[in-house]
Amino acid sequence: MLSFIGRSLIQKIVTLFFVSVVSFLIIHLAPGKPSQVDPMNPKFTPEMVERFQKEFHLDKPLYIQYLYFYRGLFTGKIVSWKDNRSVLAKIWERFLNSLPLFIVGTLLTWTLSFPVGIRSAIYRGGIYDRSATFISYLLISIPGFFFAYILIILVVTTLHVPVIGMETFGLRASSWGNMLMDRVWHLLIPSVLGATGGIAVLSRYVRSQMLEVEGQDYVRTARAKGLPPEQVHYKHALRNALLPFVTMFGLILPGLIGGSVIIESIFSWPGMGRMAYEAILARDYPIILTLNFIAAVLVLVGTFISDLLYLVVDPRIRL
Amino acid sequence: MDTMTDAQHILEAPSAPRQTRLQQLWGLFRENRLAILGLIIFLFFLVFAVIGVILTSGQEPVFNPAMIRLQEKLLPPLTRPDIHTLQPDEIPALSVYLFGTDDLGRDVFARMLQGAWVSLTVGFVAVGISVLVGIFMGGIAGYFGQAMIRFDQIMVSCIMLGGAVLLALGETRTGIGILVAGHAYIFFSIFSKRLLSGRNLPRWFILLHRGAISIDTIIMRTVDIMLCFPTFFLILTVVALLPASMYNIMIVIGLTSWMGTTRFVRAEFLSLREQDFVTAAKALGVGNLRIIFRHMMPNAIGPVLVSSTIGIATAILTEAGLSFLGFGVPPPHATWGNILSDGKRFIFDAPWLTFIPGIAILIVVLCFNLFGEGLRDALNPKLRERG
Repeated sequence: MLSFIGRSLIQKIVTLFFVSVVSFLIIHLAPGKPSQVDPMNPKFTPEMVERFQKEFHLDKPLYIQYLYFYRGLFTGKIVSWKDNRSVLAKIWERFLNSLPLFIVGTLLTWTLSFPVGIRSAIYRGGIYDRSATFISYLLISIPGFFFAYILIILVVTTLHVPVIGMETFGLRASSWGNMLMDRVWHLLIPSVLGATGGIAVLSRYVRSQMLEVEGQDYVRTARAKGLPPEQVHYKHALRNALLPFVTMFGLILPGLIGGSVIIESIFSWPGMGRMAYEAILARDYPIILTLNFIAAVLVLVGTFISDLLYLVVDPRIRL
Repeated sequence: MDTMTDAQHILEAPSAPRQTRLQQLWGLFRENRLAILGLIIFLFFLVFAVIGVILTSGQEPVFNPAMIRLQEKLLPPLTRPDIHTLQPDEIPALSVYLFGTDDLGRDVFARMLQGAWVSLTVGFVAVGISVLVGIFMGGIAGYFGQAMIRFDQIMVSCIMLGGAVLLALGETRTGIGILVAGHAYIFFSIFSKRLLSGRNLPRWFILLHRGAISIDTIIMRTVDIMLCFPTFFLILTVVALLPASMYNIMIVIGLTSWMGTTRFVRAEFLSLREQDFVTAAKALGVGNLRIIFRHMMPNAIGPVLVSSTIGIATAILTEAGLSFLGFGVPPPHATWGNILSDGKRFIFDAPWLTFIPGIAILIVVLCFNLFGEGLRDALNPKLRERG
């Protein structure tokens, strides 16, 4: 067990190192320089560019820049090229904005897909199963931005509530209840959108997992003993079907950063995805690289947690 | 002679399978109604895209997607153009705006025709790239995976990489020198086995020739590294940094999505390699390449086909998303994503500008997903035995 943890930690650190090198190379070897972002700006004189390059070590060779960057990242001193503020502070601020979106989306995904998937599996081939299957294909296939506009039209024209942004501008003076409802309405559509794809995929997975377990001999035995169907489905079958999902808890983590770029830019939600989009537009390399690094760390931590959970949950696995 | 062949015929007839594998597959596939629907929609889309690229390109296209008619802007679908205010060559080919016009008075039907080809090629080329890379990497990892890479090979490739970097940085003479030295060493090492066998070699030389790391490890760790990147964010970054073009998007999507295929192919190859027919082929002296491509690949291709069909759907969605964010194919060319992105400003006045491309993307992506799932069911050995 300990040796497994040690080995996988070393392996993950090596992977992380290569990820940092590759992402650094991709960004810095791409054509164009951050100092060329705004060539028409009269304030961008050659002296300015030179000062800018000196300030951010852009005149040094690439490997020195790499060392400077990651030293800055680990000591927390790295600053954004746009406004000279600390990158970590900026990301933390945006992270707090993204967090409610992520939490609500994840909760919706995990609470809705299980009932749908289990019911589909129990009434396999029925009208419910077939329509659930078709709807989940529809939800997987629909482009997120198109679905967002459909939902916006629906909600705005039928319920007359504001949906763009995190809160309605100038509502500070209003009562506490109003503000809460305002927040909830703003949160609802983006998180539903973020959850749709997840619900569709996860419910299909729950269904296939459940079907596999329902075909096993011990379930047939339980049924033959004359146990009530609820007990067969929920006590005998479901418990074993749940096994792979416990390990999936670890894999939610990377969703914190990826995947929200389009939704956050449609809804003007000041979260991490939108920050990434803005940083890419402005060629703010420190922010792009830091976000990439954090995303890689989250993926590695997620797989590590899911490996550990597998060990805990499945007694057949011994290391 | 006749009776002889008859007897042979009778003897062989029962042992031959009644159906070929393809017929069997088609029989299973045909039972899945949704998958057939997907196939039909896909064929329709293919025809639409091919006709589209014929009719909208050239000097004087039948449907001109770039024709601007400012007096005809934001007309709803199925409106007839006002013939009196238009020049003769400005009148649309069907003399009706089938899908309406956009904010510059361009015919949305013509733009959809033009955009269909972009979606189709992005989907197929990106997935083609990812499947080629995936099969190549997965095949090597699965078939040659146990072979070790030696220390000297690693060192030479590092040195040559350094030479290439120096060359790229402008240090031409040193760079070329290092590259030539590296190639010389490679040539030397090819013949060195015969030259050096039986001699007393120094210890450092033997140490250099020790295996350091297996090919399988290298490839699978590369897959792990690639999986660490958040895909859409990486694609967005690279596409934004590179000059805007359709080919860059295809290549970037292809190069960021080969990891799944690699894992499938490797897993299949690892199990196939141990099977008797491969041993038999090896015993007959069949070459490695022929074993890989003639004997093993047809058996490993099933999951790859399924994942690439679904990969096409994902690639089309990704391209549409990039176009929507403004990083897609550069503007005068229409894509479904940028028609939708342009139309979102008029979402309440001209909803067709949002709904027509949106529903088109939805239907095409849906057909690929349904087709892929149908294929997966048809290829599933558990179902095949029952059928």
